[in-house]
Amino acid sequence: MKYEVVIGLETHAELDTESKLFCGCCTKFGSEPNTQTCPVCLGLPGVLPVMNKKAFEHSLKAALTLNCEISKFTNFDRKSYYYPDLPKNYQTSQNYFNIGNNGFVDIVVKGKEKRIDIHNVHLEEEAGKLVHPEASGANYSLVDFNRAGVPLLEIVTQPDMRNVEEVESYMQALRCILLYIGVSDCKMEEGSLRFEASISLREKGSETLGNRVEIKNLNSMKAVLKVITYEISRQSLLLNKGEDVLLETRLWDDVNSVSRRMRSKEESHDYRYFPEPDLVPFWIEQEWIDETRATIPELPVSRRRRFVDELFVSDYDAGILTEDKFLADYFEECVKISQNSPKELSNWIINDVLRELNERKTNVRDFVVSPEMLVELVNIKPTIGSSIAKEVFSEMMNTGKGAQSIVKEKDLAQMDDTSELNAIIIKVIEENPKAAEDYGQGKKNALAFLIGQTMKATKGKANPKILTELFKQRLSASSK
Amino acid sequence: MDISIKQIEQVARLSRILLTDDEKDIFREQLTGILGYIEKLNELDTDNVQPMAYATSLQNVFREDKQESSFARQEILELSPSSAKGFFKVPKILE
Repeated sequence: MKYEVVIGLETHAELDTESKLFCGCCTKFGSEPNTQTCPVCLGLPGVLPVMNKKAFEHSLKAALTLNCEISKFTNFDRKSYYYPDLPKNYQTSQNYFNIGNNGFVDIVVKGKEKRIDIHNVHLEEEAGKLVHPEASGANYSLVDFNRAGVPLLEIVTQPDMRNVEEVESYMQALRCILLYIGVSDCKMEEGSLRFEASISLREKGSETLGNRVEIKNLNSMKAVLKVITYEISRQSLLLNKGEDVLLETRLWDDVNSVSRRMRSKEESHDYRYFPEPDLVPFWIEQEWIDETRATIPELPVSRRRRFVDELFVSDYDAGILTEDKFLADYFEECVKISQNSPKELSNWIINDVLRELNERKTNVRDFVVSPEMLVELVNIKPTIGSSIAKEVFSEMMNTGKGAQSIVKEKDLAQMDDTSELNAIIIKVIEENPKAAEDYGQGKKNALAFLIGQTMKATKGKANPKILTELFKQRLSASSK
Repeated sequence: MDISIKQIEQVARLSRILLTDDEKDIFREQLTGILGYIEKLNELDTDNVQPMAYATSLQNVFREDKQESSFARQEILELSPSSAKGFFKVPKILE
């Protein structure tokens, strides 16, 4: 392709607070419509909004984590526009003195690091939700203001991304960071994390930006990637025909996988920003910045590097372990209390713990098997063998009991007593003379069959290593 | 400072009000007068005056993140001209 793609992203993340940004209304998702509203979030005359301290601190923490310069002075502005989901006819947002400016996020694409610059991070309030009746001919829409006034963090990048892979990596990195620092639950299915993309094309080597198209209504990462792919082909077709790409806002239609014009630049809003007189301004002293910085945990990228460098976990596995902060905590707790290799523990967590978490649709914080319990199981694994260990693991999840007591109760300890095993081996050979004969004639897989029969007879408890040795001895002796 | 008819039309559009041609003339004249009056402030020497965006000197006023009870839905909905099924009802919005 002869064009270079230029992409910038705006991300909206609902902040994790109990109450709304300017009033005490609950922020819970999914309640009955309009049961979480009051005169403040409905913008009735005469009310006084007061800033939620937690929301402000979350924003400061996010801005710091995203390497922003923090404004010593920050305030809020009214952004005026008319839309029925906005009860006040303006949104309280920030325009002139954003809480954070000029930050960056480092991402890794195909093994290469790239820095995505953040233009600004600012705090604002959510709008309500519009519901459009499905009945055709309905001449009305419905509004639910439960969401109106929920604190919303907006993170705006510079147009630094050049392809779909970078956008995907940036979105994942950002989500991961927000989850790590605990400021947003980032539940995309509940709209807690949403994106808007701006995309333009220009001739390779050109310094000037092409006409930019903004896309709204992107409720999943998949939709973002789809719309970018779609826009790249739509815009390059236009340019190839010698036509102009219009400066406009488009909506993504996920059902038909196309973008549609929403408004052109000429019809674009005039927001008439001015300082919100009902909210006092905020001064952020260095001490406050230092205190907040101290609450930022080790971030996924450096944690991943540390797992590889110090614990010798593969980069791929470290990536999986660090994607969820609590899973990484779980792993580190296991490593701390165990003598086993981190690699072995990481295998258990990635293969078994994660599978169970997915199947049970739960998260590691609510998981029955604690790090101590997992370590106990891994410790006794040599005495019970891997297949029994898996059985004990699922029993642990069902009963919440420890590995040792399950092994004792169910008599699952591995059989490694040679005389005991020999007695069973003799019986198995007697019952399967054909297989024994085949082995004597050089058919190696006959041995696997015999071992399988013995395992069956011992309910999987026979120590496979000792068993193989004993079979080999006996069969080679009898064939002589 | 002269306000143009075009500016009057722009402000009317932003305010979602419809003006007749006569009204546009009236408002053009009135707004020009008002802004001209305010413009007198520019004659003052403000070199030694700090810019001010807020009427009080208060800063950093917060509330703790504590949930409080919301208003009863019925009470809230009764304030609006139209409601249905617990929602506010508005003219159809096309996305």
